[in-house]
Amino acid sequence: MAGPGDIGLWTVPLAVLGGAVRVSTPFLFVSLGECITERSGRINLGLEGTLVMGAMAGYGVSYLTGSPWLGVLAAGVTGAGMGALHAAICGLPRVNDIAVGIALMLFGVGLAFYLGKPLIEPTAPHLPSIDFGWWSDIPQVRAALRINVLFLFGVALAPVLVWALRSTRWGLIIRTAGESADAALAMGYSVNWIRMRATMFGGFLAGIGGSFLSLFYPGSWNEGLSSGQGITAVALVIFARWNPMLCLGASLLFGGAAALGPALQSVGFSHGYHLFNAAPYILTLLIMIATCSPKRTLIGAPAELSITR
Amino acid sequence: MKADVGAPVSAPAAKPGVGEFLRLPPFGRQFGGAAEYVVIPALALVASLVLFGIFVALFGKNPLDLYFYMYQGAFGTWFSWQNTLTRAAPLILTALCTALPAQLGMVIIGGEGALLIGALCATSAALALQAAPPLVVDVAMALAGMAGGGLWIMLSGALRQYRGVNETISSLLLVYIALAVLNFLVEGPMRDPTSLNKPSTPEIGAANMIGSIPGMDVHWGLAFGIIAAVLSYILIYHTVFGFAARVAGGNLRAAKVVGLNVGKLILIICFLAGAAAGLAGMMEVAAVQGRTNANLAAGYGFAGILVAFLARQNPLAVIPVAVLLGGIGASGGLLQRRLGLPDASVLVLQGMIFVMVLASDSLYGRLSFFKGKS
Repeated sequence: MAGPGDIGLWTVPLAVLGGAVRVSTPFLFVSLGECITERSGRINLGLEGTLVMGAMAGYGVSYLTGSPWLGVLAAGVTGAGMGALHAAICGLPRVNDIAVGIALMLFGVGLAFYLGKPLIEPTAPHLPSIDFGWWSDIPQVRAALRINVLFLFGVALAPVLVWALRSTRWGLIIRTAGESADAALAMGYSVNWIRMRATMFGGFLAGIGGSFLSLFYPGSWNEGLSSGQGITAVALVIFARWNPMLCLGASLLFGGAAALGPALQSVGFSHGYHLFNAAPYILTLLIMIATCSPKRTLIGAPAELSITR
Repeated sequence: MKADVGAPVSAPAAKPGVGEFLRLPPFGRQFGGAAEYVVIPALALVASLVLFGIFVALFGKNPLDLYFYMYQGAFGTWFSWQNTLTRAAPLILTALCTALPAQLGMVIIGGEGALLIGALCATSAALALQAAPPLVVDVAMALAGMAGGGLWIMLSGALRQYRGVNETISSLLLVYIALAVLNFLVEGPMRDPTSLNKPSTPEIGAANMIGSIPGMDVHWGLAFGIIAAVLSYILIYHTVFGFAARVAGGNLRAAKVVGLNVGKLILIICFLAGAAAGLAGMMEVAAVQGRTNANLAAGYGFAGILVAFLARQNPLAVIPVAVLLGGIGASGGLLQRRLGLPDASVLVLQGMIFVMVLASDSLYGRLSFFKGKS
């Protein structure tokens, strides 16, 4: 028997498990936010840009103030600003929300690279994590169970959002706007105003998801930080049928898929590493192929959503 | 090309009433409308340039210097003109990748993926045909690149038609998958062992490189791009097939009522769109890089989306817009050297233009200047 550090091939499932928790956090925040936005009847495809802006702003503020939590807040506020921009442009007549999303995706990524240029060198303080693996002597187990506080926030947020959508006044207003803009209008609410708030909320969460990328895992700011997590998360909301709890499950699944490549690499299986990196995208595509149908609209899809009509 | 016209209504002839289905009127169909399609995007462009000037002024740079160097870097000298046109060539082709499906009402943003796959297929063809004469190799490269890129985007179209998968999301996911496939191949099976720092495929060979257009230092890709854009314009606005596509894009139910085979239209148009982007990838390999590596993911596919939207999805308007955007790209180097702006400043300006162009969509038909003219 080898020492306690040598657990052979068990490393892979452990690393996938730990990776699922780590990697899923940005997916989780972006998808929860997008879930709320889409329930209000608008789709924001620009969350990739929001995510990168959030990562940059979070890292910058954390570096300047020394407080990673202020960084998270700044990331959220930046994201909400991007959401407000999206909603403001979509509020103009005859503007397509999908196209605006694409534009803001390119704009956000470009702006973040521009403003983040001086941030590539310095190191900012990271977010703390809680050690749930204190009972174990095996370093891999401890590494897998070192869980970031933001992940726990996200996990707690999902049921809260389910409840809020179902049982609160705001939840009902958002769902009304998503199912029938006319009904919301008849009730005396401005549909644009509701969607503005829902998109800002979605941007806020996506920004926080971005701050997780730069402040915890991988934990630095560079231009290759996000590669499609934002857009994958948007697809994930469709897979999760616009239900925040299902978003949580789907995020964990995607996190696990994304962690597979690095996990295999850690045991020396590096052949096809890049193909394993594509696993979350391939999985997204396969799930969309399996769950979408040309014949009917998806169950649970907000009726006002342009992407499912 | 002939449209697949079914039994019930024999031909969707160009009766005046059908014109109401068209979302994008032909260039110059009505004088006032045509002027609007030029003036409003131009206004959006100017507004974003002003905004960008304010943006760099916030960082202590003189906006007038900015405009001067942008002009110098893009169109100021013969050298910068050639740089601009070299960048415009792939942009025309990747813009067609978005503009053609847009006729059907589809938003395809996966040109970057089709470009990469096209480059990979073209490189594979060249490496497989080492002994053949250069002309054969180049034709094979072009065909392989177009087939690869075409099938890549056709996949998005097929998923949309037969599985109801949103084509915008699927085409973007395919970009990341294409990038992973490219990285896998150039670092694994197709790697040239001598490429140490930058994993690459072997070179296609100097003899197989496509040269420059006589009299200028711009490769033939520009000519092929212009030909592709003109052919696309003719296909969309002057053939029955293109007319059928625009009917389907304007009103899906009307298209089905007159018996159009919408699925076939989607697959063919998506194949042509992807083939254009794949040809861009082939050109980048055969005229610029000489091999396939990660350098090819230079963002031409994404800038092409912007070109298509700024050209209002008109294949002919894509040409001047691509030159303009190519110029912005070409001026990036000068802005970096003279003003010390980060290389991402081009991306910021492109993003601003994109946002402004979309916001300007709400102006159509509302400017009193154009009213009463059309």
